[in-house]
Amino acid sequence: MNIEILGISVLWIFLFGYIIVGSIDFGAGFFNAYGILTNKQRILSTIIQRYLSPVWEVTNVFFVFFFVGIIGFFPKTAVYFGQPMLIPGSIILILLCIRGSYYAFESYGTKGHKGYATLYGASGVLIPAALSITLTISEGGFVSIGKGGPELDFKALFTSPLTWSVVVLSISACLFISATFLTWYANKANDLEARELLKKYAFFWAIPLVVAVIGIMVELRSHNPLHYNRMMDMWYLLVLSALMFIGTIYLLWSNKKFGVAIGLVIGQFLFAFFAYGIGHYPYLMYPHLTIYDSFTNQSMAIALVVTFVLGLLLLLPALWLIMKLFIFNKDYAKGKNDTHV
Amino acid sequence: MSNESAVFFSRLLTEFTLTFHIIYATIGVGVPLMIMIAQWIGIKKNDEHYILLARRIARGYVITVAVGVVTGTAFGLQLSLLWPNFMELAGNVIALPLFMETFAFFFEAIFLGIYLYTWDRFENQKKHFLLLIPVAIGSSASAIFITMVNAFMNSPRGFDLVDGQLTNVQPILAMLTPSMPTKVGHVLVTAYMTTAFLLAAIAAFKMLKGSKHVYHKKSLFLFMKLGLVFAIATAIIGDFSGKYLNKYQPEKLAAAEWHFETDKGADLILFGVLNEKTEQIKYEIRIPKMLSFLASDNFNAEVKGLNDFPKDETPPLYIHYLFDFMVSVGVLMIVIGLAYLLGIWRNWRLVDSRWFKWIIVAGGPLTFLAVEAGWWLAEVGRQPWILVNYMKVSEAATTSDNVGLMAALFAILYVILGIGSVVVLRRMFKNNPVERELEERHNEESDHK
Repeated sequence: MNIEILGISVLWIFLFGYIIVGSIDFGAGFFNAYGILTNKQRILSTIIQRYLSPVWEVTNVFFVFFFVGIIGFFPKTAVYFGQPMLIPGSIILILLCIRGSYYAFESYGTKGHKGYATLYGASGVLIPAALSITLTISEGGFVSIGKGGPELDFKALFTSPLTWSVVVLSISACLFISATFLTWYANKANDLEARELLKKYAFFWAIPLVVAVIGIMVELRSHNPLHYNRMMDMWYLLVLSALMFIGTIYLLWSNKKFGVAIGLVIGQFLFAFFAYGIGHYPYLMYPHLTIYDSFTNQSMAIALVVTFVLGLLLLLPALWLIMKLFIFNKDYAKGKNDTHV
Repeated sequence: MSNESAVFFSRLLTEFTLTFHIIYATIGVGVPLMIMIAQWIGIKKNDEHYILLARRIARGYVITVAVGVVTGTAFGLQLSLLWPNFMELAGNVIALPLFMETFAFFFEAIFLGIYLYTWDRFENQKKHFLLLIPVAIGSSASAIFITMVNAFMNSPRGFDLVDGQLTNVQPILAMLTPSMPTKVGHVLVTAYMTTAFLLAAIAAFKMLKGSKHVYHKKSLFLFMKLGLVFAIATAIIGDFSGKYLNKYQPEKLAAAEWHFETDKGADLILFGVLNEKTEQIKYEIRIPKMLSFLASDNFNAEVKGLNDFPKDETPPLYIHYLFDFMVSVGVLMIVIGLAYLLGIWRNWRLVDSRWFKWIIVAGGPLTFLAVEAGWWLAEVGRQPWILVNYMKVSEAATTSDNVGLMAALFAILYVILGIGSVVVLRRMFKNNPVERELEERHNEESDHK
């Protein structure tokens, strides 16, 4: 394995981490707002807020980590993605700003404020949609190299069915992951009412998820045959992913082993995400940029890898600690000791 | 190739973001240390007032952290959106501290979450206190790393540029540039100073509003003391910065001091108004030979003048006003701090007077304005370069036509966030004054007994 592949693998794993924790977070905000607007707040809000409060800032860091990492390992991405992404990128940032700050405003300032909660929830589902645009443009065909550098063709982007399939996929996947996770969390807290409601949401969002996945495969086949064929070479990963999805639905349906269901959800997305990513190799942005012609110099690569290993040594115990204290702590999940500042 | 309006709006948007972000970032760096000190004193003296002080600061801190985090995230990504060509080069040379900063940030975020949600969970308060150490280390470390990146932009090294090709990159050398020690030192101590004076201003304000509680007195005394210590440290490091500038970025020093002709025994100019056409300065206070002394500890040393530099490589001359403002506030705060402490020790009536408290209240926002002025001075002072002597701002910006619209959107966003955070913070503390919180805690305790 060469260092370029190591670099992109590390980043891809972190992006996957962001997709999982981010989905839980974005979806939770959406369900929270939905609960408040439909007067189911009593059932949902406590369980959601108890999970979200100590970790909202951590979720954000996964994202920062990814984009700083990709500039570090692949500096040319700043030009090839930074320039065309000015508008979608700025919109993502504005949404993230609204979301992050209004979460704090709502939870610590004025509890149960409808306006804040709605802003928070709505921005939460728009962010994955906007972020997924990056994946679409990396498929090629939307960015051309003009006189002043790379340019994005908005008309082509927004009239492409591929774009919209990806948007539907990102929103439904986000809400599906979130609902499954919160079902498990509610079960842990012995909150059966919340559990049943969240389970319903999980079933509901599984449908567009399946439709979007099929849509994307069809679109990709004509849009970027190289990528499609390479993914098909790894058909066993995709089949594994589908089986795990069926397993999750079965476990939720039969009210058994919610912990295993969460594991299956993560596995399902992990295999699909890696099949997608490996199929994309060696391109970062098809066909302009590969991981080889954008890779940083040797000395920086080594410095970054060393820092990364040292950083993980610091990070993993800390992450384990926060999980142990809050997410895997029964008393905390049940709300037995509310010891917020 | 460059698009003039895109360059202009990229600069504008970056300025908006940073100007807004540093208010919250400064609080973000300084406050964990202040909470730590307050809680430590509370544990040592077994005084519930200090513990409550720590707790109340922590509560307000959550709001400022939220805004700081999101605007910091915005800035991080904006760098690539607005300055892609710069980031490509920077990615090759200076990615290491950027990467390290995210680890520091991660570390801080995790422990802050734990700290905020474990009040009263531990039997032993000291255990809870221990959680603050990684928070304070993380927040200061991220300031250190990000300032290293800024220092690199001012005094780049650690690479060679041969015919437009980067070679011989040395990431560690790029982190440890000549301007790094003074910049990092200055950023850290001013953040501590600013937050200390801000917290002192809040205490003084509460006293002016009629609260007689001893809690505010303790708070005021603690933070005035801390503020003074860090203000003196700021002045000392500021002096080193002047010496650094003289040696490595003389055009910045010359522009800040309106020093046009190279000469020996250069005068220091305080205040004044410049006529840019005739280079005549009016209403100034001129201290003979002081500039030479400040720049190199020698009254007769030579200081390079602006006229020795090519006209298109010198920064705008208005930075002199920023420099004056920053230094004046710094000096003023040292005077106020000293007067307050001497007054306490010698029982001067001054300390109890209302007008003196109003001055302390004014000190809070003033120090923040000084931080802004200092950053504008530092950033505008290296115009026209984004990477001094290597890359001009105009070569680094995006060529997109939509930057103006984005600048407008972000400006609106920052106004909303600014107002929102102030409203929420005010409500938080107004509805729950110290007196009430103390009373509630006492009731709870007697219930348990």
